Amino acid sequence: MLVHSRKARWAAWAVFLVLFLPLFALPLLVILGASFATHWSGALPSGPTLDHYRSATRGEALQALTTSLVTAVAASLLALTAGTWAALAGAALRKRHRRVLDALFVLPVAVPSVVVGLAVLVAFSQPPLLLNGTRWIVITAHTVLVTAFAHQSVSAALTRLDPAYEQAAASLGARPAYILFRVRLPLLLPSLTAAAGLCFALSMGELSATMMLYPPDWTPLPVLVYAATDRGALFTGSAVAVVLMAATLLVLFAVSRVRTRASYR
Amino acid sequence: MAEVVGNPKVVRGRARPRGGSRKSKTGPRPFGALAWALPPVAALVLFFLYPLALVVRQSLRPDTGGTSLQAYADVFASEAFRHALWTTVWLALAATAGCLLLGFLLALVIAFVPFPGARAVARFIDVYLSFPSFLITLALLFLYGGTGVVGSFQFLTTPWGVLLAEVTYFTPFVMRPLLAAFAQLDTAQLEAASSLGARAPRIVRRVILPEALPALAAGGSLVLVLCLNEFGIVLFTGAKGVTTLPMLVYGKAILESDYPGACAVAVVNVLISVGLYGLYRVVSRRAGA
Repeated sequence: MLVHSRKARWAAWAVFLVLFLPLFALPLLVILGASFATHWSGALPSGPTLDHYRSATRGEALQALTTSLVTAVAASLLALTAGTWAALAGAALRKRHRRVLDALFVLPVAVPSVVVGLAVLVAFSQPPLLLNGTRWIVITAHTVLVTAFAHQSVSAALTRLDPAYEQAAASLGARPAYILFRVRLPLLLPSLTAAAGLCFALSMGELSATMMLYPPDWTPLPVLVYAATDRGALFTGSAVAVVLMAATLLVLFAVSRVRTRASYR
Repeated sequence: MAEVVGNPKVVRGRARPRGGSRKSKTGPRPFGALAWALPPVAALVLFFLYPLALVVRQSLRPDTGGTSLQAYADVFASEAFRHALWTTVWLALAATAGCLLLGFLLALVIAFVPFPGARAVARFIDVYLSFPSFLITLALLFLYGGTGVVGSFQFLTTPWGVLLAEVTYFTPFVMRPLLAAFAQLDTAQLEAASSLGARAPRIVRRVILPEALPALAAGGSLVLVLCLNEFGIVLFTGAKGVTTLPMLVYGKAILESDYPGACAVAVVNVLISVGLYGLYRVVSRRAGA
């Protein structure tokens, strides 16, 4: 306890609420409220309706939802594979080499994602690899962007891993592949699922790189939200945004269920 | 992986007698380990470094052919670029300062003046991080936009609107490391300081702040880089007056199809961001974070 008097405590809580509610809770409530409304000119939204949700769950929007989900799942699986492989390989390297590998794999965080989009667009609009205009260019860009996060969280978990388990397995004669798949990866499973959830959420909300290179037949949800707000359809845009948030949260919740089951093992 | 088992670091305590078939595995095997690291690095080179190199090459090759620095000269000479550079840098610096101040205050209350539901708030912050940034601007459009609730003054099309959105979105990125650092702080220190007569502001300044510095440095520099690179927030305001470097890259490449110019701006943007991020890594390693 930092403050002991009751008055000071209430003052601290009041400051917290005054700062926290308008800044963090209000934006989400505004979007949620607007998605059910037709007008918003007074203090509260008016004209309750479900029309925006009806249009946000069919046709173009439904297709965008599947596009986003497929892209996010593909990108997170690819990123998780590459990031985990790099983290496992890096753990076996000498310190100097490992530093280089770590620096290489965090680089996509530092590079602006718009530039990653531009780079992927420039590189894969020309032979030998012609991906421009296909869904693969979007998935590639998303994978590049989220691999850094997967690598970071898996390598952080690897340094916390108790080496006693794999030593015990090795001393009992387990082959390296057996140790990897039966000892290390199961022990890493909680952080692997956490990393997968992070990658998925990032990819679902990715807008900057996507705006640079999405083909017309592969439009993810954030682009649709932008298109709606850009033409002034703010209420439809917020309904699509709520669908985006709900889909992300649902998948994150499912992933966290896997984690709790694994951590009791 | 053979290297992992063969790593000499794994063997602790007394040197064990090396016998028979295990002998070949106990030495360091740098080549095997490097070979295992090769596939992910190759993928990274193909899908990330090679495209970046192409961006640099394109920035040096105007449409007319040949190699020249014309694109850079044009970019640096243009008023729009200098304006965007200045806007990007001061917005990022101001947003980082705001996030640090606000994040420190909020984390302080959550950690040291706990209230019922503080845990839920901490979890809410984790969830908040998984939402895309442009949602904040979308919400602000309702509040301050053309027919907004608070007023229809053109607040959002000024840099201040972008600043408010960035502070709102990035503050949780500061709060998370801070909350982790506060959780490790021994409360006995606080009790001792307070029993010796120190008041709350003094305890914060002399006990909590020094402990929080590594987390503040780490969170602050990450937020600085993310603010420099932020695109969604600026795009959604739809403001013509607020142009940052990522917006300029997008505008030049997609709206004007001026690829050499876009690539030149992109190279400058990458240099600034990667430079700052490198600084962040060095600082946070020094600080032990």
